[in-house]
Amino acid sequence: MKNDRNLITPRLREALHGYAFIALWVVGFSLFTLFPLLETFRYSLHRVTVTVEGIRLDFVQWANYTRALFTDPNFIELVIGYAVETLVSVPIVLIFSMIIALFLNQDFKLKGLFRTIFFLPVVITSGPVIRELTAQGATSAPGIANLPAVAEFIAQLPRTLRNPVEYLLTSFILILWFSGVQILIYLSSLQKVDKSIYEAAAIDGASAWEAYWKITLPSLSTANLVNAVYTVVTLSHFSENKVIQYIYNQTYAVQGGIGYASAMAFLYFAVMVILLGGVYLFLAQQANKERN
Amino acid sequence: MQTLRRLNLDWWKSLLFGSRARSGLLFSSLLYALLIAIGFVYLYPLLFMFVTSLKSPSDLLNPMVQWVPTALYTGNYERAYRVLNYPNTLMASILVSVVPSLLQTFVAAVVGYGLARYRFWGRNLVLLFILATFIVPPQNTLIPQMLAYKEQGLLGSPWAIVLPALLGQGYRSAIFILIFYQSFLSLPKVLEEAARLDGASDLRIFLTIAVPSALPAFIVSFIFSVVWYWNETFLTSIFLEGGVTTLPMQLSRFVQAYESLYPPGTVNIFDRLNEAVKMSGTFLNIAPLLVMYFLLQRWFVESVERTGITGE
Repeated sequence: MKNDRNLITPRLREALHGYAFIALWVVGFSLFTLFPLLETFRYSLHRVTVTVEGIRLDFVQWANYTRALFTDPNFIELVIGYAVETLVSVPIVLIFSMIIALFLNQDFKLKGLFRTIFFLPVVITSGPVIRELTAQGATSAPGIANLPAVAEFIAQLPRTLRNPVEYLLTSFILILWFSGVQILIYLSSLQKVDKSIYEAAAIDGASAWEAYWKITLPSLSTANLVNAVYTVVTLSHFSENKVIQYIYNQTYAVQGGIGYASAMAFLYFAVMVILLGGVYLFLAQQANKERN
Repeated sequence: MQTLRRLNLDWWKSLLFGSRARSGLLFSSLLYALLIAIGFVYLYPLLFMFVTSLKSPSDLLNPMVQWVPTALYTGNYERAYRVLNYPNTLMASILVSVVPSLLQTFVAAVVGYGLARYRFWGRNLVLLFILATFIVPPQNTLIPQMLAYKEQGLLGSPWAIVLPALLGQGYRSAIFILIFYQSFLSLPKVLEEAARLDGASDLRIFLTIAVPSALPAFIVSFIFSVVWYWNETFLTSIFLEGGVTTLPMQLSRFVQAYESLYPPGTVNIFDRLNEAVKMSGTFLNIAPLLVMYFLLQRWFVESVERTGITGE
């Protein structure tokens, strides 16, 4: 007994207890994330055929990848569309949710009512609901996209600009509907800012406008990062996303198959990580600039 | 006289532009105007859905009827209710969202506590992997999971959804683990040490000190978890195919289900599938969530503000 105590130092004891608390997660991670991820990567290097006994794998090296990148006319186009839409949506979601959070941080009557309205989309945004609403044209900015002047304006734009602008108009409400959680995150950051800083600034003669740029915005830089990452991930995982649907359909297609779909899944993942990294680096740099 | 006019002017100025103590009339009316405009844009799809769902077939065809139906018509709801097989799919949805959410919340609390309160080798690596589980798209892990479930005969059974939740790999579990991590980090160490001196075990400290202190985190995690599980259709439809049918799953095959109940050739033109029926189905789909939201919305917003979801 006494010997045992000497063997197990307090530090080791602490570590063992820590491992006990996270053991469940480690098992789950290996079973439901790590192993399937590696297995999917293995599939992506093979031609996979499903037979009665199970699945048969024929090693094809990188053929599935080259096919997606160089032969398949749809995949690249869909991925580019996805990247553009994401890059258009992220700033809109961030700016919009910041404005709403700034509003909701004020004191005014009926605040509760407006708060209820702005968080409503968090509760009801799901794939099939969005699909039904989009099919009925209920998600475009009311009336704007149908105005002849606007249609004329879009037709005048160069091709590279036309798609993002059209996307913006037809899915305006949809983009705003993705802002619910982001509003919450901004709001909780805003409430952590010490009120006395504003009072001190006001005594020194700073206007509300100056206070916003010098105090409020810098204190939201972490929330910016969190929100940007959250927005990119949500948009990329959304089940109505065209790339995801294409990959899913290819899984069962005669021409595609599991191997090809897996390769595309990894390529899509890579594009998503690049987007995330780009957005992250951009915002981290901005945050650094503000601090200096 | 001079001072009086001066005072008067100041009064007007502060009324319009506000003063240090309160915001001015101009500012608040601008604020309300903006809030109402944005609120309308937000509610527009919902209003559209609700109004359309109450339109009778003749109202739908009448171009004069836009926002106010001529009569209250509930026929759409009756049909959508039957097509959705509402009582069964509702129960299935509740089962498939509440059970995994309970498990997921509790497991996330345990894992978050372990990460926040203990020092051990590999802690940062685990945190990194937890973030990774949030980023990895579902289709990168889906196929092997599906094949494994098929082998075990779990495809179509609720276990296919419950098992990952039980092992901390539920839908968006990373967010919940990080919420608990944040909230347990801020728990004062003194409480823990005092309990340890009194001879409490680690498990007991967790259950009697840490869990009650993290009540807002539990509430927020559970609510968000239920909502996200309810709305998640990509994974559910693949794992539950051929077994349990949830409400959103039934909604996504609404057209086929409608046509098998009311074959297009045999019913008269007014009973054909139209957008009013579809919108009724969509509304029935979100109605339970709306009810939950309006009952719990105080918790919903306030506890997020209190848990410090941001994570500095």
